[in-house]
Amino acid sequence: MLAKRIIPCLDIKNGRTVKGINFENIRDAGDPIELASFYASQGADELVFLDIIATFENRKTLANLVKKVAHEINIPFIVGGGISSIEDVSILLNAGADKISINSYAVRNPIQIEKLAGFFGSQCIVVAIDTKYIDDDWFVYLNGGRIRLPLKAFDWAKQAESAGAGEILLTSMNHDGTKKGFAMDITMQLSKNLSIPVIASGGGGCMKDFLDVFEKAEADAALAASIFHYKEIEIPALKKYLNENNVETRL
Amino acid sequence: MNKIIIVDYGMGNLRSVQKKFERIGISALISDNLNLIKQANKIVLPGVGHFANGVKNLKERGIWDILNQKVLIEKTPIIGICLGMQLMAKSSEEGDIEGLGWIDSQVVRFKVSDKIKYKIPHIGWNNLKIKKVNTFFNNIEPESLFYFVHSYHFVCNNLGDELTSTEYDYTFTSSILKENILGVQFHPEKSHDQGEILLKNFANH
Repeated sequence: MLAKRIIPCLDIKNGRTVKGINFENIRDAGDPIELASFYASQGADELVFLDIIATFENRKTLANLVKKVAHEINIPFIVGGGISSIEDVSILLNAGADKISINSYAVRNPIQIEKLAGFFGSQCIVVAIDTKYIDDDWFVYLNGGRIRLPLKAFDWAKQAESAGAGEILLTSMNHDGTKKGFAMDITMQLSKNLSIPVIASGGGGCMKDFLDVFEKAEADAALAASIFHYKEIEIPALKKYLNENNVETRL
Repeated sequence: MNKIIIVDYGMGNLRSVQKKFERIGISALISDNLNLIKQANKIVLPGVGHFANGVKNLKERGIWDILNQKVLIEKTPIIGICLGMQLMAKSSEEGDIEGLGWIDSQVVRFKVSDKIKYKIPHIGWNNLKIKKVNTFFNNIEPESLFYFVHSYHFVCNNLGDELTSTEYDYTFTSSILKENILGVQFHPEKSHDQGEILLKNFANH
């Protein structure tokens, strides 16, 4: 049986891991390679590296980091942040990333999802959606939450799916950093209507939150950052807890 | 002297496979050099991507005929990973083109009964049921999970070629073994420590 996945996310700035609350107040959280090795040994099922500045100079730093990660880590990993061309994708995949995550680039050029999927295969194209509940619905936001689009998260996810996305990484900006639980309604709406896996992100604060997002919202994977970085939840204990509650994980 | 060649035919990144061999103290060379491939005494055929492109690339680079010679005539041990395994089939629904055909089999797209419950690609960690005695799974805990990411899977016409099966809505062939030919649908190089043990068992086989 396919196991539910636990995915730590490492936000990367100038080659270091950082973490903010509600996309702001960024603070240092350690060396990415060390953290990644630690998480792999702890039983993380996959890792996400998100470049949060993504300037031109940073792209090289990121590609070098990806190379090191591919060498040192024996679990799959996703790389994202500021990807804005097929060339960017190609560089990161060639450096050893298993999947790349695209956000604004996909929203602004949905046709590119199709091109990327055709070229590299759907399995390595993750479409990341940052969403916020406002005016009675979940809307898509860009640029770390600074730009609101007149586009509903659900509609965009469906569109991305039919264009060839392999997975959806859904982040609720209302929940991110709050540790009050994942956004259950929108996660469930996507999981129950998409034929590709949904990774839930934002708000996981205690083990019960993870159980709920798998059991009730039917997410395929759950992502979190600070609670893992600051060891508020240890992955082996979390996975044991999930298994004891009949959510199969890889122990 | 163990000469392991990881065949480079332009289908995906091969360095992570090489590095995982290195981590377990085994050197493996990535190459598209026909002479080096001819001299190999173990071959790794990895790959991610489209079946038809894989066939086309192997032929364009002149690797196709050498692989046939090495594997069918010289009986050199080979491991195909993901697309590399699928290329060993006679045909695939992913592209109207013949595969290497070493195993009497076809590659088909997952036909799940419930597209919401069983999402495609089949992405993530799943278990294996070992179907016949072999040494490749020595020292690997029977309940270990391996990492999969694929939308197409192998169908053996001769069940004797099946090494492991995996459940995803229904049972499919997740690895094959026929004489010197080993093929795995999952990614040992991404399957944490147990994946490295499998690579080690292949190298020491």
